[in-house]
Amino acid sequence: MQLYLPIAELSVNALALLGLGGIVGVLSGMFGVGGGFIITPLLFFMGIPPAVAVATGANLVVASSVSGVLAQLKRKAVDFRMGMTLMLGGLIGSGIGIWVFAWLTTLGQIDLFVQLSYVLFLGVVGAMMFKESLGALLRARKPGGPIRRSHVHYSVHKLPFKMKFRASGLYISVIPPMMAGAAVGFLSAIMGVGGGFIMVPVMIYLLGMPTKVVVGTSLLQIIFVSAFTTVMHAVSSQTVDMVLALLLIIGGVIGAQIGSKIGLMLRAEQLRILLALMVLAVCLRIGLGLLLTPDELYSIAPGRLP
Amino acid sequence: MIRALLCLFAMAIPLQAQEPVSPTGETIVAGLSQNLVSITTNFTGSEILIYGAIKREQPIPNDSDLEVIATIQGPSGPLTVRRKERRFGVWMNVDAVTISRAPSFYAIASSAPLAQALSETDNLRYQVTIPRAIRAIGTAAEAADAPVFLESLIRLRTESHDYVLDESSVKLLESTLFRADVALPANLTEGEYRVRLFITRNGVVIDKHEESITVNKDGLERWIYNLAHEHSLLYGLLALFLAVTAGWGASAAFGLLRR
Repeated sequence: MQLYLPIAELSVNALALLGLGGIVGVLSGMFGVGGGFIITPLLFFMGIPPAVAVATGANLVVASSVSGVLAQLKRKAVDFRMGMTLMLGGLIGSGIGIWVFAWLTTLGQIDLFVQLSYVLFLGVVGAMMFKESLGALLRARKPGGPIRRSHVHYSVHKLPFKMKFRASGLYISVIPPMMAGAAVGFLSAIMGVGGGFIMVPVMIYLLGMPTKVVVGTSLLQIIFVSAFTTVMHAVSSQTVDMVLALLLIIGGVIGAQIGSKIGLMLRAEQLRILLALMVLAVCLRIGLGLLLTPDELYSIAPGRLP
Repeated sequence: MIRALLCLFAMAIPLQAQEPVSPTGETIVAGLSQNLVSITTNFTGSEILIYGAIKREQPIPNDSDLEVIATIQGPSGPLTVRRKERRFGVWMNVDAVTISRAPSFYAIASSAPLAQALSETDNLRYQVTIPRAIRAIGTAAEAADAPVFLESLIRLRTESHDYVLDESSVKLLESTLFRADVALPANLTEGEYRVRLFITRNGVVIDKHEESITVNKDGLERWIYNLAHEHSLLYGLLALFLAVTAGWGASAAFGLLRR
């Protein structure tokens, strides 16, 4: 069933898009990630213009995060104060990101920058997650290993503007959460991802938040940042494709439920290792694209050189 | 008498640049199967039929063959063609050339191979072939090998079926009746599409005829596109609303299922 996308201005197979949304939904249900880091590159491979893929990806992340945060709210696993602090930084980062995105588009280097960001972040996060979950898996087999302390004091705890985050049981400066929020907001605008795969490790390892509130709080701030990104992209470059987003969302919503069923059958360490391997695979695929000689050296873009 | 004729001829030259004068008195009568193409949600491309006849008051001259050439040209605009090169180990866009005007879509159909049906002089005058339909002025200053960029543009657009050269596809009966079928692809740009018909003898254009096709988004497509461009803030908020509703709806629906 072919469907014409009004903003991307091309005709695509609707079932393929539903399937794509479904696959990403399964992954997001299994691992609790937004799935933006997979959907945006897949849309590139399908021939959707990068600008449309990134902006529509942000819109899709809003839907999956809302669905996720509602589940977490029932468990009271959301730190609103932390979420708002992260969001404030996120909006600043997202604003800068959209500006950089427009600037790099006119230079013709946006594809390279997006791909490099993917390789760098997916590579680092994937490798860290793989190492950590492999360690956890081995520790689980061999009981009696060292136990992590819940409160480790790093240098970030010495900064000014301290604030109480009751739900997280933290009393820390607002600067690190704002900075983390800004970094994720920037990535959300450039890469069309929610940034959960970066936010979660930052919250656990850098801010020292308890794991139970991390997923809900990260999703809360992702909703606001990706919502802001969607509206900004819609206003500044008119690249949000509603029809494309809706198809992916429908597929994603159904897939997420199937995914969460599969997720229940696997152990946490196994899940994390699988996610890490997948992140690394996407990273490798994009990285090879940069290193190997491309089939086509020439590309056409509308408009004049600035 | 000769002087008077020369005078007339001199006057005819500037005219000829605009409208060809048919030495054999043959003119085109033609029509299109449709003047309006609507892009709707299930749009997968469209087939345009160009049909017509050669009107003449004299018998068919048999000293030369009559040929028909049809072109369809989409809206034109400036383009940037970029080339990747390996820098610091990765492939990135380095050189770029601006093409001042290139049509978004261009199709040529003819009743005989173009080299035979059209002389280079008339090709230049009427800008018929694909390289002639693209205006690339001053590209030499941007890159040393600017013509390669132009060739790549034509190659890429030919591969994506945006530029189509279909020689000998015009059916011509008894040098009088003709028809050409041109397929418009699914990824059409909106705007006025210019349809041109030429009849030639010995490679010289003896008459030309112009029509136009309007390509418009329609229905839901039109509405979404207009909203996105004219009320972009509202559009962004609507997209958000849809996403939030879908997310909430999914969570609520599956919450009910689980119970």
